[in-house]
Amino acid sequence: MYRYDEFDASLVKDRVDQFRDQVALRISGEITEDEFKPLRLMNGLYLQLHAYMLRVAIPYGTFDSRQMRMLAHIADKYDKGYGHFTTRQNIQYNWPKLDEVPDILRDLATVEMHAIQTSGNCIRNVTSDQYAGAAKDEIEDPRPWCEMIRQWSSFHPEFSFLPRKFKIAVTGAAHDRAAIQVHDIGATLTHNDNGETGFTIYVGGGLGRTPMLGKKIRDFVPRAELLAYLEAVMRVYNMHGRRDNLYKARIKILVHEIGAEEMIRLVDAEYEDIQKNGALGLPEEEIARILNYFAPPAFEPLDETDTSYAEKLNGDLAFANWAKTNIAEHKAPGYAIVNLSLKPIGDIPGDISAEQMYAVADLAERYSFDEIRATHEQNLTLPHVKQSDLYELWQKLTDQGLATPNIGLASDIIACPGLDYCNLANARSIPLAQEISNRFADLDRQHNVGPLKIKISGCINACGHHHVGHIGILGVDRKGKEYYQISLGGSADENTSVGKILGPSFDEHSITDAVETVVNTYLGLREDGETFLAAVGRVGLEPFKEALYGTD
Amino acid sequence: MAGKSNKTLPPQVLTANQLFDGDVVYWREDGTWAQDLPDAFIFEAGAGIEAALVRAEADVEASKILDPYMFAVSIDEGIIHPSSVRETIRAKGPTVRLDLGKQAA
Amino acid sequence: MALIKNGAFADDTWIDANDNEALTDQATVVSLHRWQSETDVLKSRNAPLGLRLDAGESPEAIADDIDQFDLIKLNFPAFKDGRAYSYARMLRQRYGYTRELRATGNVLRSQLQFMHRVGFDAFEVDERITPEVYAEEVSRLHEVYQPSVDDEHPVFEKRVKK
Repeated sequence: MYRYDEFDASLVKDRVDQFRDQVALRISGEITEDEFKPLRLMNGLYLQLHAYMLRVAIPYGTFDSRQMRMLAHIADKYDKGYGHFTTRQNIQYNWPKLDEVPDILRDLATVEMHAIQTSGNCIRNVTSDQYAGAAKDEIEDPRPWCEMIRQWSSFHPEFSFLPRKFKIAVTGAAHDRAAIQVHDIGATLTHNDNGETGFTIYVGGGLGRTPMLGKKIRDFVPRAELLAYLEAVMRVYNMHGRRDNLYKARIKILVHEIGAEEMIRLVDAEYEDIQKNGALGLPEEEIARILNYFAPPAFEPLDETDTSYAEKLNGDLAFANWAKTNIAEHKAPGYAIVNLSLKPIGDIPGDISAEQMYAVADLAERYSFDEIRATHEQNLTLPHVKQSDLYELWQKLTDQGLATPNIGLASDIIACPGLDYCNLANARSIPLAQEISNRFADLDRQHNVGPLKIKISGCINACGHHHVGHIGILGVDRKGKEYYQISLGGSADENTSVGKILGPSFDEHSITDAVETVVNTYLGLREDGETFLAAVGRVGLEPFKEALYGTD
Repeated sequence: MAGKSNKTLPPQVLTANQLFDGDVVYWREDGTWAQDLPDAFIFEAGAGIEAALVRAEADVEASKILDPYMFAVSIDEGIIHPSSVRETIRAKGPTVRLDLGKQAA
Repeated sequence: MALIKNGAFADDTWIDANDNEALTDQATVVSLHRWQSETDVLKSRNAPLGLRLDAGESPEAIADDIDQFDLIKLNFPAFKDGRAYSYARMLRQRYGYTRELRATGNVLRSQLQFMHRVGFDAFEVDERITPEVYAEEVSRLHEVYQPSVDDEHPVFEKRVKK
């Protein structure tokens, strides 16, 4: 994991001091809300329905026990004893008081954390594969590059007042777990024919009101040129992105309007110039320094499969069920990647109590080389667990309510905070997630249904990624009442696609039945071994429409 | 136009969030802010709204409150019911955590 | 409005001319439109010439005429409109402009360091921003992560030197 040196620490400290001054100016009335709002947003502080909300960055989703304990401490001391993990690998607190936020940021800084650029029209927290550094299908660990992007994009003097927010995602594996094609910039780590490391760059993906998939604008950017190339894209966007209409201000609209070819031409011209004048090529020493922080932990030489683990799988059905969905293959023999579900049946997706945070910190220290990951699907991951420890770990996770065996199944639902908390929402998301989760509580049924990603957003901003849900649900407001629209066939992996809307929306009392009808329709028409997503791809929307709306 | 009544308008309540902690507040008849919806002043048929909004704006400038606005309510046996889910949730707290927000107090 | 130049209050000796106004022999700032429609007249004039660029008017339009201007003003129509940050950097870095580069419009104190970093050396500010406030804000962050057009050494350079 990356550790701050004195320079990183100095910057974060300066930022905390600056925000403390700004909050003081605001409370004393010396600056207006109009002037203060962009400042608080740059520090992740929103005003929501009931209170302020503070969004803390977990850069590329990687953190450790010390940081998790601080997150727990903050939940206890300044908030109401819990936090909420988001689809951006961040954590949110829902009840901080304005004058205490500088203290929260100060406390976070002691463990090398911050809320910098978790909001505002700037480059946001860079996200990545939660299995980075552990996944069997990985080419290289993308996180060193995420860290370089984090540093380059922090307090960038040219790109802090962009037309709109800007999200970058990086993956280093063949299977895309970071949804890179629905980000403003998606970067895939790759090797060229000479075995050199570089990045394939996609630009202009995004969800929200106008979902679009990123267009590939460069096959290979050499790794030392990554920042220079990103700077070129940012400058084109900063100068040419639309500023006349909030809803058309994201880079996806620019790319859509001028076309990928023109975008490539503009970016290439800037890139050429930046290479001449910009001095942004990273020194090899600095690259080596950062790579070194992400060197693999000292894995023990182990057999590919641990025998005790295999025995427990045969002997304990509950454990086997958990292992079936919540464990992923690790690159090191005898190790496993463990997913901690933050989706207990009928509970709030992504919420975690301070007590659970402390427990996860202890378990990470004991079983996972002190590493924790936050996933964009609102779960947690312990990336490096010995197979021989899995049974014991599972028992402890079970005690904490963190071992729901549902990763990737119907009850592993993404849901934004929705109208229960969010000022932008049109409808509630969480109660619907809870109801669907309860409806599909039976594990045999979930296994029978198979892989199913249900994603719920409470408004068109799509924080719940509904466009890329196998079943996507969008909450809409009709005269103060909540309605829900279903789309099918979305996907956020390497075969990213945007789901198609089925038809008229459902009210809060009929939406869960409608989802169940969709699932039952799939069960009735699927071919052998065909997943929900594959079936929708094969048969299209018609059979589902017919089941829901009849054939008039 | 101040003070002119409009029979077609539903009863309304003036709300905002406190600067200090973001808490939801409601305008009282005396121009102070109440924490709870039952204490809110009810504007009937649009009367007095403009004057109240002017005074609320002064509280914005005095850095007491943020984003004041009116919302529609209905009155049933003396109890104020917001006409939207959103305002019902603001008045009570998250529907998924009954232990939090105003409803918990 | 006050003018802060190189960190101190300065008198503004420039006249902002609108597009129809007859020009005097005083130092005068004109719009891009006027520059483009009266280039020859303005070039032959014997007094300092300045140029105003609004957001949306890229300095690319005057790339070949940089030497004609003793002052370039970049306007921020709203603090949220960050186009002029790129314009400033391009002027300094790409087109080699070395004279006064002034920020006008909606300039917030919290933005001064970023503006300074991309090459602004003069700022039209409201009365709350004094040279003392300027000095405090412009050195808020003691380290920087990126090279820009100021003299700051980004931390990756400092690390390598260590």
